[in-house]
Amino acid sequence: MKFSEQWLRDWISPPLSTQALADQLTMAGLEVDAIAPVAAAFDGVVVAEVVGKEPHPDADKLNVCRVDDGSGEPVQVVCGAPNVAVGQKVPFAQVGALLPGDFTIKKAKLRGVESRGMVCSASELGLEEETSAGILELPVSAPVGESFRDFMGLDDHTIDVDLTPNRGDCLSLKGLAREVGVLNRLPVAGPDIAPVPSTHDLDFPVRVEVGERCPRYIGRLIKGVDVTAETPLWMVERLRRSGVRSIDPVVDITNYVMLEIGQPLHAFDLANLHGAVIVRLAREGERLVLLDGQDISLDADTLVIADERGPLAIAGVMGGEHSGVGGQTRDIFLEAAFFAPLAIAGQARRYGLHTDASHRFERGVDADLARDAAERATALLLAITGGEPGPLVVVEDNDHLPAARSTTLRETRLTQALGMPLAVDEVTEILQRLGMTVDKRAGEWVVRVPSWRFDVAIEEDLIEEVARIHGYNRLPVRRPAARLALRADNEAKVPLTRLRRQMVARGYQEAITYSFVAPELQRAMFPEAVSPVLANPISSDLSVMRASLFPGLVRAMQHNLNRQQTRVRLFETGLTFRGPLDDLHQVPMLGALACGSRDPEGWNGDNRQADFFDIKGDLESLLSLGEVDAWRFEPAAHPALHPGQCARILHRGEEAGWIGTLHPAVRASLGLKVDALLFEVRLDALTQGRVPTFTPLSRHPEVRRDLAFLVGADLPVQALLDTIASQAGEWLSEARLFDVYRGQGVPEGRKSVALGLTWQHPSRTLNDEEINQLVDAIVTESRQHLGAELRG
Amino acid sequence: MDHLPTLVTEARYAIQAAGSISALDALRVRYLGKKGEITALLKGLGKLPPAERPVAGERINEAKQALSQEIEERRCALEKADLEARLAAERLDVTLPGRGQPGGGLHPVTLTLERIEGLFTRIGFDVAVGPEIEDDYHNFEALNIPAHHPARGMADTFYFDATRLLRTHTSPVQVRTMKASEPPIRIVCPGRVYRSDSDLTHTPMFHQVEGLLVDEDVSFADLKGTIEDFLHAFFERDDLSVRFRPSYFPFTEPSAEVDIQCVMCAGDGCRVCSHSGWLEVMGCGMVHPEVFRHSGIDAERYTGFAFGMGAERLAMLRYGVNDLRLFFDNDLRFLRQFA
Repeated sequence: MKFSEQWLRDWISPPLSTQALADQLTMAGLEVDAIAPVAAAFDGVVVAEVVGKEPHPDADKLNVCRVDDGSGEPVQVVCGAPNVAVGQKVPFAQVGALLPGDFTIKKAKLRGVESRGMVCSASELGLEEETSAGILELPVSAPVGESFRDFMGLDDHTIDVDLTPNRGDCLSLKGLAREVGVLNRLPVAGPDIAPVPSTHDLDFPVRVEVGERCPRYIGRLIKGVDVTAETPLWMVERLRRSGVRSIDPVVDITNYVMLEIGQPLHAFDLANLHGAVIVRLAREGERLVLLDGQDISLDADTLVIADERGPLAIAGVMGGEHSGVGGQTRDIFLEAAFFAPLAIAGQARRYGLHTDASHRFERGVDADLARDAAERATALLLAITGGEPGPLVVVEDNDHLPAARSTTLRETRLTQALGMPLAVDEVTEILQRLGMTVDKRAGEWVVRVPSWRFDVAIEEDLIEEVARIHGYNRLPVRRPAARLALRADNEAKVPLTRLRRQMVARGYQEAITYSFVAPELQRAMFPEAVSPVLANPISSDLSVMRASLFPGLVRAMQHNLNRQQTRVRLFETGLTFRGPLDDLHQVPMLGALACGSRDPEGWNGDNRQADFFDIKGDLESLLSLGEVDAWRFEPAAHPALHPGQCARILHRGEEAGWIGTLHPAVRASLGLKVDALLFEVRLDALTQGRVPTFTPLSRHPEVRRDLAFLVGADLPVQALLDTIASQAGEWLSEARLFDVYRGQGVPEGRKSVALGLTWQHPSRTLNDEEINQLVDAIVTESRQHLGAELRG
Repeated sequence: MDHLPTLVTEARYAIQAAGSISALDALRVRYLGKKGEITALLKGLGKLPPAERPVAGERINEAKQALSQEIEERRCALEKADLEARLAAERLDVTLPGRGQPGGGLHPVTLTLERIEGLFTRIGFDVAVGPEIEDDYHNFEALNIPAHHPARGMADTFYFDATRLLRTHTSPVQVRTMKASEPPIRIVCPGRVYRSDSDLTHTPMFHQVEGLLVDEDVSFADLKGTIEDFLHAFFERDDLSVRFRPSYFPFTEPSAEVDIQCVMCAGDGCRVCSHSGWLEVMGCGMVHPEVFRHSGIDAERYTGFAFGMGAERLAMLRYGVNDLRLFFDNDLRFLRQFA
């Protein structure tokens, strides 16, 4: 909320500078966001009276005026404003004046006529954003010769306070002044608000059908208002300094009273009200054209102000176009109502609206304000637009008006919560200054909460109020105490930090990509994937939850390739989202991507490109941290990966991830010119480790036999290794693959696979004969099952 | 016998002239070998009269020893020269970079999260995590933010349908933890959170760490002490000014925003702190009894505090990053700066 500092100081003026006042508010929880002067710097402008006006001899649109600026002889100025008139009081920039935008007024000749100064418009003085149509007219009472800044009180600031949603009570000068009063222990003086006597007994019937949503409705018929009257300058200025534009006197007055005391008001054109004002729920699908021109269809849950023909306004949110006050309006019906916060909450948002009224009603407007607001607005209307007020029409539902709330604050609880005791008198005084009625009993305060504090309901609320006013920074500081208790620690768990650091050790940079991705990208890589789709994405590029880490990593790679980074190593950990909302799996994964040369460009001249086995080696280095023997790779097909360079990763026989080369078709569709290698693995599998178990070291010699097999070129080596493991007996200590070869000397369609097999017995020396038997078994089994021949 | 001196002189000359071990070996054979010239003299002793033999024998042996020693010395010199030549030939440019790939690096947000987690786990907090697609109940309702509460407007929420959403904070993890365990509870909850906001200073996804401590007799003073200690530790500045400003969060009461003295300008006022000298770095408060009620914790017996902070904001302040969006571009030139 924005407000004028001077306006506030009319209510209460503590001996504090602007900055100190703002700091005080901030430290009381009313955070001041900005302090801005209400007018740009200018100087040399005084109040003057136009005492003569003649047409310019050589220009149709110019006048030659004589202006009395109080300095003696009237000054001659040439003025182009259409509205300049003799007898007007105007702001006058004297020769030598400095106007906003570093513009100095000098003696000049305009089409041959001397001009010594300038009659100013509001925009020329920086008081209006838009270019003003004419000069700024001042009240006739303005004293000639007085500094315009002083006359207007322009040495003022607009203070913008960012109120938290609980402090609806501070959305007015009255509320802010009350708070400043509490903080400075000073009394607050507001405007006198007295009942305005009615001059006729016409009223307009009001029917409230939903008392629980509108427990108080006050209306008043005012006949014969002059909507063409000008809003007085002081009011226009106060509104402007509070960030509200002047529209017409009726709207200005309702806005002014809302800013002043916090009660939103609405004025209807009586000519457009038919039968009665009815406060009711909308009927589903009823239509209403709002003040902003929007034609909306109402929901049955929306509270409306209607007449016998249909809805006129969304209660507490926005009025309708047809029932509003306009240029032809003669008689108005003024509304000041209390709408229950829950009746208004969410209504504005439902229609994409957010108004000053809904902002206040959602947070809670003091139910006791409606009558004052109606009286205050009436008085201002009579003063500005004239008119004849009728009696107040008051419809109240006492059962639903907010009941006085009481709550108890225990001394022990307060002391415990703050970590120190506060003096009883101080607490009592703080509560009282906040408008609470306090009954101090033994060990506790029984407090009645004022009607404007919707946020105070329980003991903790009172604790907060006491702490806030006492000052958070005056409260003690201590460190929490706790029993030292060791906690369980699963050694067989590989911490995520360890996995991350392993990737880092392998040369990967950690990426963090958005969890939502472009649907096209995900579809290109995972045509079958189902993952949740955002109803209100920030853009279509970020609208579907990632089913895999691949899309984000590929996108990050593209970003880098586009910036001349040709060698990319990235990994990411995070959730992937699989399945429809009702059967959703949020699966933590670790994914990695590599492209470009195996090693960074260097003096070695080795510029081989990274391939499948490079990234597989990186992955295996991760697997070796955990259950190294629980993992297997099997050839399989994945839509995002090259069909011949792709493996399903199994952990304990269950699918735990994928590894492969990005499918050339996908690559092409993404416009990528280089190969990319990818893997992703479920983190729950990667983090499963083992507690090491010791095996005694054998003191007996190892026996090694090297075997070379010719097998079908397509046979996975894993199959050969499995066969060997099944036949090699329990003392096989290692099977090392040392050569895979195709080419000269190996028949077409075959490959040579060479292995070094090592056996060792824990307690004796193995003899040749038993090893020969094992080798025979391996050879036989490999021949029979895999068509493998031993090479000569 | 008479030519012994000549022979020795000649041999010496040859030894000194030998340019290699093999040449030296040949000289040894020539003079001292079984058929060598000196050896031949020894063999010829028998032809001398017996009276001369001792003297002659001694002279020859002296000559033999002298030559033998000279050969040995020459051998050492040659070997040393050889070694030096080899070492010179094997000289490397040790300023060339080593082979293999350099290490990578962790993302600055991860560095920050790990740092925060580390500070808290070392004093007995556990790390707790939870789902990112949450339901309305855990993200709002259980945190005392009922439907239509104005506070819902504080966080622009990404929805999937009427009740399911992307969590707007990591506070749902607190609720889940409190439901699943008994006090004392001490947790920090790091993770991704989402708000539909995207401009210079907002990204639709960012990271939060929330902390929760629930026990008997936990006070606002404990909260202040914990937060102050944390900020001093995180920024490694024991003299860093910290202030607590009353604020509002539906799930805490009393609530506070925490400001630190601007770390960029030491409180003098700069662009980063909007010339106020203070930087807002986190929110905190005492757990609201309504949250305890939703979580099945006796609010009369237990009290607690909670706090929350944005990891990116802290990372920006700690490392001097000036653009939030860099965190999610994953530009290697950016990421490598944190390796």
